[in-house]
Amino acid sequence: MKKILLAASLLAMSAVTHAEVDRGAQLYNVYCTQCHGVQGNGKGINAAHMSVQPRDHTDAKEMSARTDDELFKVIQQGGKSINKSVLMPIWGSNLSDDDIHALVGHLRKLCCQKN
Amino acid sequence: MKHLFSLGAAAMLAAGAPLAAHADAAGDVQQQCGACHALKHDYATPAIQERVERKAPPLDFAGNKFQRAWLASWLQNPTRIRPAGVFPPAHVKNGPDGDAVDATGLAKHPAVPAAQAEAMADYLMTLKPFDDLIKAETYQPGTIAERMGKMNFGKFKGCDGCHQDAPNSGGVSGPELYTAWKRLQPAFISSYIGNPVAWDPHTMMPKGDANADAVHKLANYLKVIGEK
Repeated sequence: MKKILLAASLLAMSAVTHAEVDRGAQLYNVYCTQCHGVQGNGKGINAAHMSVQPRDHTDAKEMSARTDDELFKVIQQGGKSINKSVLMPIWGSNLSDDDIHALVGHLRKLCCQKN
Repeated sequence: MKHLFSLGAAAMLAAGAPLAAHADAAGDVQQQCGACHALKHDYATPAIQERVERKAPPLDFAGNKFQRAWLASWLQNPTRIRPAGVFPPAHVKNGPDGDAVDATGLAKHPAVPAAQAEAMADYLMTLKPFDDLIKAETYQPGTIAERMGKMNFGKFKGCDGCHQDAPNSGGVSGPELYTAWKRLQPAFISSYIGNPVAWDPHTMMPKGDANADAVHKLANYLKVIGEK
């Protein structure tokens, strides 16, 4: 019985994580692709007009140098909060903490999960 | 049935068919505009997918947002305000230097005959669910040196990442702002810059950290470039 419960719990956790990643992809499409690109490569439709180029989220080396907490902070509080460009906006009023966690999950998928 | 009727009206509009003047402006707006534009604020409650599927900017707070004269004039001779459409990620093509706007899928807004446009504008200006936000505004239009305003708009606040302050100058995902002063009410400009989420929870415009004074400086810059 215990084993069944454990398996069910793991399955439920996995489903939540999967849903969060999907939500992350959806939020990324709405809020991030305009600058970071539909492929996450930093070449969005606004990039050509920017004095500082948006981060390439598919760059595993660059992205691995950032912790999840840093990614959360820069999304919530903007580029200035980590001494980066003001062109990275403050999204904390548009997105909930759960939304931002989902986005961080999506960033990890973009940078570091090769299909 | 109503939906089919709206779609039919939209198809007529898209084909550029002349529109018969409608005796009832409210019904006319509902019929001609409602297929693409939200006329009630109920888009604010569903999930974010609503933003992906949005066909046109909401008009439910048109009376708090637009300048009536601009609205009536624009309806008769519509021009593109959003270079990449209302949902930019849907209008992207991959180019050698990265993403580019794919203009082929951008719908053209139909032109409306003068009398009908005037009646529609009159009705749209009655839609004012956010009088409280407007009343809370303290903005009094002033001026700013254009050079200083441009630096503030670009370098200090990063607005030019998404918005153009002159034709072909600035980002393309947001509406162009060089005509903003003519089309938008000053109090709306200030209120929306200060807290866009209060107007539209699914807005793609971030709420920055600008205080009221800084917001007013940005609004003054839009006034300066809009009155040139």
